[in-house]
Amino acid sequence: MGILSQPIGVIAEWLRNLFLGWGLSEGLTTVLLYLIGAGVLATLVQVWVIFLIWFERKIIGRFQDRLGPNRVGPYGLLQPFADLIKIITKEVIIPRDADKAVYLLGPIIMDAGVLAIWAVIPLMPMVGMDVNVAALYTIAVGAFATLGILMAGWASNNKFALLSAFRTVAQMISYEVPTVLALLIPVMLAGTMSLQGIVEAQHVWYIVFAPLAFVIYFIASVAEVGRTPFDLLEAESEIVAGFHIEYSGMVFAIFYVGDFLHAFTIGALGAVLFLGGWRGPGAETFPLLGLLYLWIKAFLVYFLVVWARGSLPRVRIDQMMDFSWKFLTPLALILLVVAAVLDHFVMGFGMWGRALSHFAANVVIAVLTLRYLDHYDKVRESKRRMVAQPGQYPVARPPVPVETSTEAAS
Amino acid sequence: MNSWLYIGIFVALSLFFPALLAVLGWFLGPRRPNPVKTDTYECGLETVGETWVQFKIQYYLFALVFLIFDVELVFLYPWAVAYNSLPLYAVVEGVIFIILLAAALVYAWRKGALTWS
Amino acid sequence: MTAMQIVFILTAVVTLFAALRVVTTPNMIHAALWLIVALFGVAVFYLLLSASFLAMAQIIVYIGAIAILMMFVIMLTRREMRDRGPQTGPQWKWAAILSALLFGGLVWMVKSVSLPASPVAEVPESSIADLGRALVSPNGFVIPFEVASVLLLAALIGAVYVAWTRRNS
Repeated sequence: MGILSQPIGVIAEWLRNLFLGWGLSEGLTTVLLYLIGAGVLATLVQVWVIFLIWFERKIIGRFQDRLGPNRVGPYGLLQPFADLIKIITKEVIIPRDADKAVYLLGPIIMDAGVLAIWAVIPLMPMVGMDVNVAALYTIAVGAFATLGILMAGWASNNKFALLSAFRTVAQMISYEVPTVLALLIPVMLAGTMSLQGIVEAQHVWYIVFAPLAFVIYFIASVAEVGRTPFDLLEAESEIVAGFHIEYSGMVFAIFYVGDFLHAFTIGALGAVLFLGGWRGPGAETFPLLGLLYLWIKAFLVYFLVVWARGSLPRVRIDQMMDFSWKFLTPLALILLVVAAVLDHFVMGFGMWGRALSHFAANVVIAVLTLRYLDHYDKVRESKRRMVAQPGQYPVARPPVPVETSTEAAS
Repeated sequence: MNSWLYIGIFVALSLFFPALLAVLGWFLGPRRPNPVKTDTYECGLETVGETWVQFKIQYYLFALVFLIFDVELVFLYPWAVAYNSLPLYAVVEGVIFIILLAAALVYAWRKGALTWS
Repeated sequence: MTAMQIVFILTAVVTLFAALRVVTTPNMIHAALWLIVALFGVAVFYLLLSASFLAMAQIIVYIGAIAILMMFVIMLTRREMRDRGPQTGPQWKWAAILSALLFGGLVWMVKSVSLPASPVAEVPESSIADLGRALVSPNGFVIPFEVASVLLLAALIGAVYVAWTRRNS
């Protein structure tokens, strides 16, 4: 068992022997090892956010033809650290009329709901907790993020914070339906809910099997995080600044960290579910390489999130609701039914045959969807034009003659 | 069981870290509250009326529809896990389940419950 | 096993305390939040019984959907978040006696059941797939499975009808 083929295993074994050598009991040693493992992972993930903040500011800056942070340290890399020091020494202002306990618990629960997803993400072969309900666990934990936001909005005792929290929660629960539906497809193809199992089953990445499901997952997740173009929760022009309007200093920073971490987490989950997770050349011999692959893929999806933020304008609340319930959800339902029926017949076709038949079905559905959308657009456009012309009836029929109405009256 | 122990520890830690940050911020930052500072913030305007006023019924309706969908989707997960070993009629049963779900969506849609007004 | 017992006792204490707070706190939102703590405690019990799917379903359905719905309802209907009236109804004594009787009955029932001395056997790894197969197998629960779907459809129609139609007309 070399350090390269079993990096975590070797370290864990060494630590276990060390603790046992101190005369600790078997059970306590396990707990301590888990505590160390979880602590290291959680810390690394949180520290990673500092880099993400720099990266996102830099990229958004470039999108907007600016330089982004470039003063503190090389390429402005130390900027987030300076910000961190600043924000940690700022006053935490708790509004007089706030419900203090709930007010402080809100951001903590929201952040924990995002961070806890990392407990089940398979980082490399053999590493990552392999529970048989991991896919559901990520959804269950996400419920706490929703709860945290609702708590924060309510406890702030600010109309706009509460209104924003309502909007956010309505948005999160609306987009949870397509997310959960899209997630069903990898689970169905892999025949397991364990994320490690889903990664292992992806001899062909599931993005080939279900490109549309990936798109639905991506859009719905971005909406659940509340990133642009779905950032109605912080529409400054309508509702001061969102559910965290009354938060300041470090307590606000927790929301901020949670938001960035959430964006990267959906990248990691997307990579695990659709892009083969740690899969890549040589990953099974050198697990650390697998970690690198996962990170690159997660980063790629995260970059798409940032790209969307840099490019798209904000949607209206009615558009947002319509998009989830009247477009993504029906589409996801159709995809699920098609995948379920199709897969039963192509199961014997070998890995690539199966993948390509799924891909072909997805292409057909995509083309039909686009044509339907085109048609829908045209219908709406023609309706709009009729309304817009002055002096004419909004419907295409000749004006009713006056005589008819007088006859009817007499 | 052991994996759940790890996950339990992880969840506890992920509650602990943000709490630690909040406590750090509380101790490192100054604390000089005054009535104006701790007042409700609305871009400088004075707040009018109660905060906890009534909101649109629409939010409730969306939550209701979501609840129904949530329950149904949880049912579908074991079916999806078992999918590979299911005979055709069992797959069709799952599809019927999904179609009933779609019928619920269509009903809510046609009734206009999903239209934000 | 002692570690598991410690976890069980801690969870039980927290769950019972939270359940008590649900009925004693005058603030409606606080009551809903305490209810979430109690529901989460129940999910931990499921986990301790190795019923991981049930635990996740408990969290997703009860905390993710029902608790959120309840908070919406409270925020939508109540102007006053705090109940100012007395916390007990006129019949609270009768309710207390009835609850005590119920509790006693439950204790008696649990006592009279002979439980296995040793803990349950390991749950097979394929338990969720087994559940999935049972849900759609003719020898299993296919009728309840489809009836549940129809029931939920009916629930949605009822909910939309009650909450929506009246306002539209």
